[in-house]
Amino acid sequence: MTSTATHGRARLLALLLVSPALLTVGLLFVYPLGFSLVTAFTGEQGGWTTANFVKAFDFYSNDIIFTVVIVVLSTILIGLGAIAIGGYLTLGEHPVAVAILKWLYRWPLFIPFIVAGQIMRTFLAKNGLMNNIFVSTGLLDPLQTTSLLDWRGIVITFVWKQTPFVALLVAGAMASLDRSTIEAARNLGAKRMRILFEIIVPQILPTIVIGLILSFVIMMSVLSVPLMINAQTPTMLTVDMAFRINAYGDYGVANALGFISYLMTGVVAWIYLRQGVRQGGAP
Amino acid sequence: MIQAAWIPRAIILGLFAFVIFGPLANMLMWAFTEVWYFPNKLPVEWGFDFWARVFKPRGNAMKSLFNSVFIAVFVVIICLVVSIPAGYSLARGRLPWRGLILLAFLLPQAFPSVAVFINIARIFYGMGLNGTYVGVILVHTVQGLVFSVWIATAAFSAIDSELEEAARNIGASPLRAFFTVTLPIAMPGIMASAIFVFLQSLDEFTGTFFVGVPDIVTMPLLLFTASMEGNYQIASITALILLVPSVFFMFIIERFLKADVLAKVGN
Repeated sequence: MTSTATHGRARLLALLLVSPALLTVGLLFVYPLGFSLVTAFTGEQGGWTTANFVKAFDFYSNDIIFTVVIVVLSTILIGLGAIAIGGYLTLGEHPVAVAILKWLYRWPLFIPFIVAGQIMRTFLAKNGLMNNIFVSTGLLDPLQTTSLLDWRGIVITFVWKQTPFVALLVAGAMASLDRSTIEAARNLGAKRMRILFEIIVPQILPTIVIGLILSFVIMMSVLSVPLMINAQTPTMLTVDMAFRINAYGDYGVANALGFISYLMTGVVAWIYLRQGVRQGGAP
Repeated sequence: MIQAAWIPRAIILGLFAFVIFGPLANMLMWAFTEVWYFPNKLPVEWGFDFWARVFKPRGNAMKSLFNSVFIAVFVVIICLVVSIPAGYSLARGRLPWRGLILLAFLLPQAFPSVAVFINIARIFYGMGLNGTYVGVILVHTVQGLVFSVWIATAAFSAIDSELEEAARNIGASPLRAFFTVTLPIAMPGIMASAIFVFLQSLDEFTGTFFVGVPDIVTMPLLLFTASMEGNYQIASITALILLVPSVFFMFIIERFLKADVLAKVGN
């Protein structure tokens, strides 16, 4: 009797301790999220409607495709870059080269997106440092230079900023692998590429996928980079949402676009969970 | 033989260094440029004029630097006050639905956030919180919570609970055992979470963009406005100021975030 009473009190105390934090997330995130979902399906005069979505697809179907292409392409490039960096850190033969790479690759890790956007805005411009260097070294003719400040600029900025994050996770997972299979394969004369893609990558796939999904969501959330790199049309959904609000105060269509972006990440998460179930392992 | 192996290595590492530092170098050049116009490949005049303009007392930039730090400090305080008990409870308490509660703190990072910020701004507008410090601090807090709660939970999980029981056995009250034994041991982890929260608040753009307008201008918003006006000097100086703490913390974070804590994150 007394033990169940203490047990109950301990549970109550535990809940009490966690409740201020939970309440904060509830009031400042879950409630606005619900508000967003409801507004997406509410008409100007009230009542349920899909008019916002019709309008969203009418005006912004190009931007929806643009967003998907950019984010998917960036995710693939980030994945490949992270595997390459992690792979070299794990299998690299010269300790000095490995140490240099380890010191180099992390720089963009904590650099804010807004700063990344600004530095790429100057670097990738028609007369930016990159083209200037190419022209000075004779790699490009002055007339051949083009500005990369369009969809390519967004992809470059995303990959530059997010690859170190995924590479950090991937390198950590690779470092904690059992070295004996790797060494065994090496002793049998397997090429490093084969060891990387046939032994190492399959074992750390869950880590790669988690890193890529987090990056996917982050890229779907960033407003500053597309605003600064590419403000012309077509552009990304985040810019369209800000525009609907700031120019028209149109919450219906903005939230419909928001709902579409939730769906995109939802699809990605679903693919991941299904994959986890099929492999029979914990995600 | 050894030299030959270094040729491809050096080329690839050199290219990689160009990719990483090239953009940063361009920003540094802009930060110390007085005059730079086409077709000059380098700035025509170098100097500190724009630095003087940024750091002049009561200028826009000083005001936004103050705003950013002021907001970030409060966000850290609120996040720690809320997450230390939450982390302790999640690590030690008899908490029902523990996994679900941990996931709840991940929510703000698991959804594309622009639409949510729009709605927070709409709700705040009705409460008179738009364009106030309180509004911006609250928006930053909810995003910082995932770091502070998860890291605090991991930090408390990594501590052997027998230490606390020993303190209790020799007569310490639960609160005293917590403050004199458990909290000091967890401190490096808590500090790491404070750093994450501080950086995340300092760098936050989207939430401030919707909730802070028009009165609260932080460093990221100043950078954005300057860049959009084509004032690359001011934008680059602001970017440099934001970059310094980010890079600094990147190099020291491993001292705070020990492997035993890192291994417990999300468990």
